[in-house]
Amino acid sequence: MLKFFLTRLGLVIPTFFGMTLLAFVLVRLVPGDPIETLAGERGIDAVRHAELLHAYGLDQPLTTQYGIYILKVLHGDLGKSIITQAPVLQEFWALFPATIELALCAMVFALLLGIPAGILAAVKRNSLLDHGVMGAALTGYSMPIFWWGLLLILLFSVQLDWTPVSGRIAVLYFIEPRTGFLLIDSLLADEPGAFRSVLAHLVLPTIVLGTNPLAVVARMTRSAMLEVMGEDYIRTARAKGLPAWRVLGVHALRNALIPVVTVIGLQTGVLFTGAILTETIFSWPGVGKWLIEAIARRDYPVLQGGMLLLGMVVMAVNVLVDLTYGWINPRIRTGSA
Amino acid sequence: MAAALASTHATPETPGQEFWRALRENRGAMLGLITVVLITLVALLAPWLAPYHPHLTDNTVFLSPPAWQHGGSTAHLLGTDAIGRDILSRLMHGARLSLVIGLAVVAISIVLGIALGLLAGYVRGVFEIAVMRTMDVILTLPSLLLAIVIVAILGPGLVNAMLAVAVVCLPHYVRITRAAVIAESGKDYVMAARLSGAGSLRLMLVEILPNCAAPLIVQASLGISTAILDAAALGFLGLGAQPPTPEWGTMLADAREFVVRAWWVVTFPGLAILLTVLAFNLLGDGLRDALDPKLKR
Repeated sequence: MLKFFLTRLGLVIPTFFGMTLLAFVLVRLVPGDPIETLAGERGIDAVRHAELLHAYGLDQPLTTQYGIYILKVLHGDLGKSIITQAPVLQEFWALFPATIELALCAMVFALLLGIPAGILAAVKRNSLLDHGVMGAALTGYSMPIFWWGLLLILLFSVQLDWTPVSGRIAVLYFIEPRTGFLLIDSLLADEPGAFRSVLAHLVLPTIVLGTNPLAVVARMTRSAMLEVMGEDYIRTARAKGLPAWRVLGVHALRNALIPVVTVIGLQTGVLFTGAILTETIFSWPGVGKWLIEAIARRDYPVLQGGMLLLGMVVMAVNVLVDLTYGWINPRIRTGSA
Repeated sequence: MAAALASTHATPETPGQEFWRALRENRGAMLGLITVVLITLVALLAPWLAPYHPHLTDNTVFLSPPAWQHGGSTAHLLGTDAIGRDILSRLMHGARLSLVIGLAVVAISIVLGIALGLLAGYVRGVFEIAVMRTMDVILTLPSLLLAIVIVAILGPGLVNAMLAVAVVCLPHYVRITRAAVIAESGKDYVMAARLSGAGSLRLMLVEILPNCAAPLIVQASLGISTAILDAAALGFLGLGAQPPTPEWGTMLADAREFVVRAWWVVTFPGLAILLTVLAFNLLGDGLRDALDPKLKR
């Protein structure tokens, strides 16, 4: 297990350096001189220009600049936002809980609906129900979620007036941030109605962000269940006279869930991609909206740092998934599979 | 059983016929194929089919509802947008853009992906490591985020958005090609070709590549839908095609502020995206089942 652990971690290091290199190179590909961009329309005289170039280390050779950048990143220094002058890492941590809360809710939504739907489709294979579920799953998979969000707003917020259109909580509540997760903070805050308000704000973004993973989970559960149900131990369990729910729920599902868990882990990147769009539509104050705003303001340090940080989160989750997988399935860690 | 008996005294199917029969039996795939053909026809014939020019504004009919709704007229079947442009005409012209985007993105990423994958699988060594690690990095980053950063650097626009999406899609093709090349290179027919004096280029392009075609075709047909979806997302964020281009994602971005007042300006462009993407996904799923019987259940 330790060897597997170390090998897997060893694979992370080149990816990490690759990511920093990419972030470094991409930002340097931005057309125009960064100092002149910083100076704005008033322009800048040559002496001051040289001073600033030196101050930002931009007069050094590129390899040295990259070395300095790596050292800073390793020390948690991702630069400062051009607009707010706040450290990028600090801004990221302030907004990240909102994104995580949304992403977790979306994932729970996808699992709660996707796993039962997948099981049903597998059990009633080739029935109308199966075709219906799989058709719906493919539609969910093909959904442009930015449009899906607008449609839901149109229906539930505008027509029916059930849910709020944007934000995380109604403005009349002030919740002291303790965990950053408003679902928990609003319960702790002891303000009547705050929790309800948080829930109401969460519903639509959760559905929008959860639609794609829901489709993937349902499809994956179905095919994993179908595969497992052909195995000998299922026939044995049936032959022993176990009730159908026990065979399905205990013997089949437990084994079918292994590939599903992997797929969930690999959805992290997809979730962040979706979060960028979902947060933009619902004005959700998370990392995705922050990054989109950074583009409009040409705030390159935020873009560079945000990309690196999200990439690192995805990388960390991928490693965790692989390790869990190796832990559940010994054939993987010994390399005999 | 009856089919098996019948086929004994008929001429055996060619692989092409077998593939076509498998695809035809798949109702979803046929539905996808028909829809794709229809959308392609609309795209090709848009200048003749569309009742109006996609940029033509008409200041007498701002936000006119679709024909079947009260206040709508048959002059504008799907209604008009905020500056009086005919939505149906814009959607028809948008079909051209979406298909071009899908095909161009797949073409760019498949050509680059095959080249890199072939070389990585054939040359191996440092080159392979460098290419595959780069692909790992691209795969690790959230795809839309990377595309956004690339477009932010290149500048917003349809061509740059297509390039960005092509970069994001690249790793899949590289990985598939490399894996297939490695699997194929060890086989006897490659060895035989090598022994009979075939050069590296011939081995790679003529002997190995055609045998990697099936997974690449499947990935390409599914890739068209990803490309259309991602490019529309960039358009929606204001980073893709710029107004007044009738790209579906861009149309949605323009329509956002009218969600409350005019459901049709929001609904139809998105529906067009959904139907197109769904059709390509249905077709892609069907192609996979038909080309790779191992995966079929």
